[in-house]
Formats: sequence, C-alpha cells, structure tokens
Amino acid sequence: MNKIQDNRAWFLVMPVFVIVAMSAIIPLMTVVNYSVQDIFGPGNRVFVGAEWFIDVLGDRRLQEALWRQFLFSGLVLLIEIPLGVMIALTMPKRGWGVSATLVLIALPLLIPWNVIGTIWIIFTRPDIGLFGVIVNALGLGFDHTASPLDAWVTVMLMEVWHWTPLVALLAYAGLRAIPDAYYQAARIDGASAWAIFRYIQLPKMRGVLTIAVLLRFMDSFLIYAEPFVLTGGGPGNSTTFLSIHLVKIAVGQFDLGPAAAFSLIYFLIVLLFCWLFYQALQSVGTGDRA
Amino acid sequence: MSLEWMAWTLPTALFFVTIAMLLAGMTVWQAVRPSIERRGFLRLRTTRGDRLFIGLLGSAYIHLAWLGLTDWSLWGALAVSIAWMAIVMRWG
Repeated sequence: MNKIQDNRAWFLVMPVFVIVAMSAIIPLMTVVNYSVQDIFGPGNRVFVGAEWFIDVLGDRRLQEALWRQFLFSGLVLLIEIPLGVMIALTMPKRGWGVSATLVLIALPLLIPWNVIGTIWIIFTRPDIGLFGVIVNALGLGFDHTASPLDAWVTVMLMEVWHWTPLVALLAYAGLRAIPDAYYQAARIDGASAWAIFRYIQLPKMRGVLTIAVLLRFMDSFLIYAEPFVLTGGGPGNSTTFLSIHLVKIAVGQFDLGPAAAFSLIYFLIVLLFCWLFYQALQSVGTGDRA
Repeated sequence: MSLEWMAWTLPTALFFVTIAMLLAGMTVWQAVRPSIERRGFLRLRTTRGDRLFIGLLGSAYIHLAWLGLTDWSLWGALAVSIAWMAIVMRWG
C-alpha cells in the first residue's frame, strides 16, 4: 500500500505549535538569556557568562535542597507505589462497592493543592488538630512547627494521603484489565495468592505502574504548594524543597540571574529523569533491556 | 515589537540559532534520507533524532560537570561535547 504524502496536515498542527512557542519555548529562551546576565532592571543588564551557574553549583543551600528533594521523591515512590498496589488489590471487584470505593479513594485528588496544605495545618496542630492532639496525648510531643523530623513526617503523611489514591486507581485499572482466564489457569495449577501476584498481576501491571512511577516522581520532584502552605519550608530549612528555594531566590530576593541558572539545572534534571522513565516505558513488554 | 524584555545577548542568540539550524538540518536530512532505527553502544533503539537529543542532553551535563568540578575554560567542555556528540551520532 502506498503511503499518502500530504504535508498539508502540518498546517493543522500550527496552532498548537504557536501556543507551545508562546507558553513554553519563548519563556524558556528568556530564562536562558537571564541566566548569563546580571539584571538590574529593564534595559539595565550586564553579561556575566557562566558565573551564576558556578555560583549555583557551589551553593551549599541549593545542594542541600537538591538532596532533600531526591530523598523526598525517593521516599514518596517507596511508600506510595507498594501502598497503592496493596489498596488496589483489596478493592472490591464487583457490586455496588466498586463505585463507592472509587469515589471515596478519588476524594483527595479533587481538593486544590493549597487547600490540602491548610487542611493538614489544622489537622496536625498540637492544640486543636485531631491528629496533633491525639499524638500528643500519647506522649510523643509532636509539633511540626518546631521539630524538623515532625515536619518531615507531616509532609510525608500529607503527600501519601494526597497521592496514593492516584497510584491505587492506576493499579486498579491495570488489575481489572487482566482476563479471567489467567486466574482460572492459576486456580487449576493450584497457585498460591503470592504466586498469582508475582507471576500474573505484577507483570500485567507493569505498564500502569511505570506510568504511576513517572507521574509520582515528576509531581513530587516539582512539589511546591502543599509544603509551602504547611511548613513554609521550615523549621529552619528542613522542608525547603527545590521549588520553594527557587521561589525564595527569584521572588523573595529578586536574584533573577541565579534563579534562572538554577531553573535551567532543575529543568535538565527533570528532563533527564523524564527521558530515563520514557526509555523504561518504551522497553516494557518488548523484551528489550533499557 | 521590542524584544528588550527577553534580554537577548550575542552568545545566547548564537546558541539558539545553532539549535534551530541543527533541527532544520536534521529535518532536511530526514526528508532526503529517512533515518532507520538501530542499536549502537548505548544498547537502545534510536533514530538519528533520538541520538541528537541524547547528544544535546549529554552535552548539557558535560558543561555542568565542567563548571562544577573544574575551573578550566568552558571551551574545553565544548570540545568534549562535540566529540561526545560525534560519537553518539555515529556509534550510539
């Protein structure tokens, strides 16, 4: 069959290209321009070469924020992916329970992100919050505004509560897509529940789980609103993640040059991980090893 | 239309013109002689465009590592990046 060559279709893509250029490419170019200059004001700027990049790469507070960010995203993946799969495995498979569970599970995903921060501020307050009061009544001395460890626990709890439902929903969709014949075959062979999980459910969920890992890594790596509202990056700098630190430099101190240089490094990290996950996604099911 | 707000400089303009020319050149090359997926030392199935992306992303990291770990001239990083790009495009 001859492939029809009609390049007029490209004109239909033009509007999207223009929108992307306006919303992403031109701003990104501006960031690149800013990253090599000291900007004092409109029309008042000095070329400084790679100076900001050297500054940023050697900045201890930014390095700390970076490691904190990797630790946070790593913990998020380690907790949310297994937990989401476990929830999906226990969700009902037929009857009225299915829709009831789906709605209940999806609830945290419907709440605006800064509202989530506010909910958790109140929930964990040691004087009036349900969680804070109960934990303190147990004698644990919990206060996320004073103790870095408590702040981390609170941010992690909030993050897990907020986003595990997404992993659970994706895993559930993956589980529902497995034909009954697999389970029947497993039953005939007398396979244990673990064997069914290990050799049928897990391999069949590989595609959706890769997407879940990708989404959760990206979102947690770019997290801003929830910890900003909940802890404001404190106590000290203990929950200052990359985007919070970036906003402090760019908006708080108005250091546009260093902020631009750091944005580009941030962008490159996200780009690298996007690409790695994309490669992993591509090789799923093809037998290739990425 | 004033482009002052974009704060252009000669080096960044040259950088973007180079990228744009690379993309345009790759498009023409693809039209004249379409790329065939293959597997090189990276152990990935890549087309010519994939290898350009890997080369550019790698070059960005080479420059960052150069800036962060050494205080030598950035031209060295550029030379290493061009070599890396050539290797990836040919054998990647």
